Amino acid sequence: MARLDSPRYTILFATAVCVVCALMVSVAAVSLQPRQKANARLYMEKNVLLAAGLVKPGQDVSIGQVEKFFEGDVKARLVDLATGELAPEGKIDARAYDQRSARNEPGTSRAAPANNAGIGRLPKYGVAYFVMKGGEPQQVVISVEGLGMWGTVYGFMAIDRDGQTIRGLTYYDQKETPGLGGEIGNPAWQALWVGRRAYDEKGAPAIRVIKGQAGPADKDPHQVDGMSGATITSNAITRLTLFWLSDDGYGKFLKRFRERGMG
Amino acid sequence: MNKHHREALLAPILANNPIGVQVLGICSALAITTRMDKAFVMTMGVLLVTMLANVAVSLVRNHTPGSIRIIVQLSIIASLVIVFDQVLKATLYELSLELSVFVGLIITNCIVMGRAEGYAMQNPPLASALDGIGNGLGYGLVLMLTAFIRELLGAGKVFGFVVLPLAKDGGWYVPNGMMLIAPSGLFIIAGLIWLLKTIKPELQDKE
Amino acid sequence: MEHYLNLAIRSIFLENMALAFFLGMCSFLACSKKVETALGLGVAVVFVQVLTVPLNNLILTYLLKEGALAWVSPALAKADLTFLAFILFIGTIAAAVQVVEMAVEKFAPGLYTTLGVFLPLIAVNCVILAGSLFMQERDYGFKESVVYGIGSGVGWAIAIVAMAAVREKLSYSNPPAGLRGLGITFVVAGLMSVAFMMFSGIQL
Repeated sequence: MARLDSPRYTILFATAVCVVCALMVSVAAVSLQPRQKANARLYMEKNVLLAAGLVKPGQDVSIGQVEKFFEGDVKARLVDLATGELAPEGKIDARAYDQRSARNEPGTSRAAPANNAGIGRLPKYGVAYFVMKGGEPQQVVISVEGLGMWGTVYGFMAIDRDGQTIRGLTYYDQKETPGLGGEIGNPAWQALWVGRRAYDEKGAPAIRVIKGQAGPADKDPHQVDGMSGATITSNAITRLTLFWLSDDGYGKFLKRFRERGMG
Repeated sequence: MNKHHREALLAPILANNPIGVQVLGICSALAITTRMDKAFVMTMGVLLVTMLANVAVSLVRNHTPGSIRIIVQLSIIASLVIVFDQVLKATLYELSLELSVFVGLIITNCIVMGRAEGYAMQNPPLASALDGIGNGLGYGLVLMLTAFIRELLGAGKVFGFVVLPLAKDGGWYVPNGMMLIAPSGLFIIAGLIWLLKTIKPELQDKE
Repeated sequence: MEHYLNLAIRSIFLENMALAFFLGMCSFLACSKKVETALGLGVAVVFVQVLTVPLNNLILTYLLKEGALAWVSPALAKADLTFLAFILFIGTIAAAVQVVEMAVEKFAPGLYTTLGVFLPLIAVNCVILAGSLFMQERDYGFKESVVYGIGSGVGWAIAIVAMAAVREKLSYSNPPAGLRGLGITFVVAGLMSVAFMMFSGIQL
């Protein structure tokens, strides 16, 4: 078997293996990429609709249905987080905007001000999805993220036209302990936020996850039930929510939204 | 199907189980067994990759130079895993998010490498394919059993369907939170190994 | 600075590769019968991890990511080759292991005799690949990836040495026949992992 060990044959063989493998991988990647991109976007947008209460948890939603929402009643826009102004439409496609990669690019982000939510960089633009009815915005969905116990938690929060009342919440990407902190992914727990108020009378962000049980939304508007055995996750959620409601996050935008709607 | 083939397929399921007896591929068995659907997808991944890698390695076994043997096997396996990962992202996107890095880790799952090097290098393609399927099934058996116990006792569900209604949702079952954290997988697998070795005493360690 | 210290502590204790994610279990169980061998393997893993995670980070940033090839020619700016990450990562790892092995053999023959057997094994140790994959998933920058490489390697090394220490004592005990060997080792690893969960209470 001397032939097998000659350097020339070895190199030839290695090249052949590389070519075959590369061909297989590239064909798979290129042919499947459009579907993966569509899936990733569908997943995000489905969660926007979930937060806004337009689809129910566990409901099977097709690409067509999501498309219909986003061509009709749901308007994706970008918010300049530093000023709270809406970015002019058309410059960047808000639906294709990837906040996560924008946050990592030096050109489209800046270092975040000191905070305790584990947020290192802030993107220039944050997403905002307006839910319209008869040409008037009814609520707006903003993105919230921050460090949980095991890693970054990503979610969406829907806020009413009054800039105050929480209409819904989802966490669509999180790695908290299953059964404990992982309950933040549970629709039953997320539903506890609905109807509670994000700001106190003075306009300061006030909602927090407490230890134990909170009262009903109308009696106890600024507190949400904690998850038993998951104090760290509960506190992390409080911190990141307060950060995004503050003027460092969407605070300025939400104030404008309360006063002037989409103007 | 002759005796040799049947043995290649059936032996790894119990008597020569990759996790319980050969001590291969344990890493992923612990991390992704909190839910049965995750375990099932992982089983399919390992089964398909092991089978196809075995066939590919076996086909070129007489033409592979010994000096680059390992890297050739690794390239074949890595390519197959990439394809599986791509297909998963295109079809079951949400599940692929939850499995995160563990799909990629099939590359270094010792079962795949171990079978390619230990079996497919010496055997013809058909027997290698069966050996791959058998090992995939053996791995899957332990994985699914572990996931079954963990999901049932930890969340009261089987494949996501409620079997034991939870107390907090108005049922009667108070879930065992221990089952959902990673170490419980070790205890369950230890239990399964104990069971296996009690049924088949010839597998016991002699010391 | 604080950020990096935080990351190091997290990767060593909170997100311990062996006891929180159960990676590298094969060698973790197979090579933990003696403290000495465990230490040798641990050092080798740290070595390779520190080399490969930052290296793969560079590959990812300058070759694979969308827009990463812009420095070659603007025409390539749109190319997204991240699907090749797995194969390039494992390639880097295999090559790095080979280079480390040759370097150690040449410059530190003493260390080579201690590590010798384990070095080639490391190429297929999932801790190494997982380090690079976690680096990709969590979008670590270059400096972060250096720290993470050290931290995750050291964490794994601590775990396997501790495991070996327990098993040395364990060899005097008398577990039931079916549990002997692998079974009882699993139980020990599980208990150690429960103990390590205690670190998750650390707030930094």
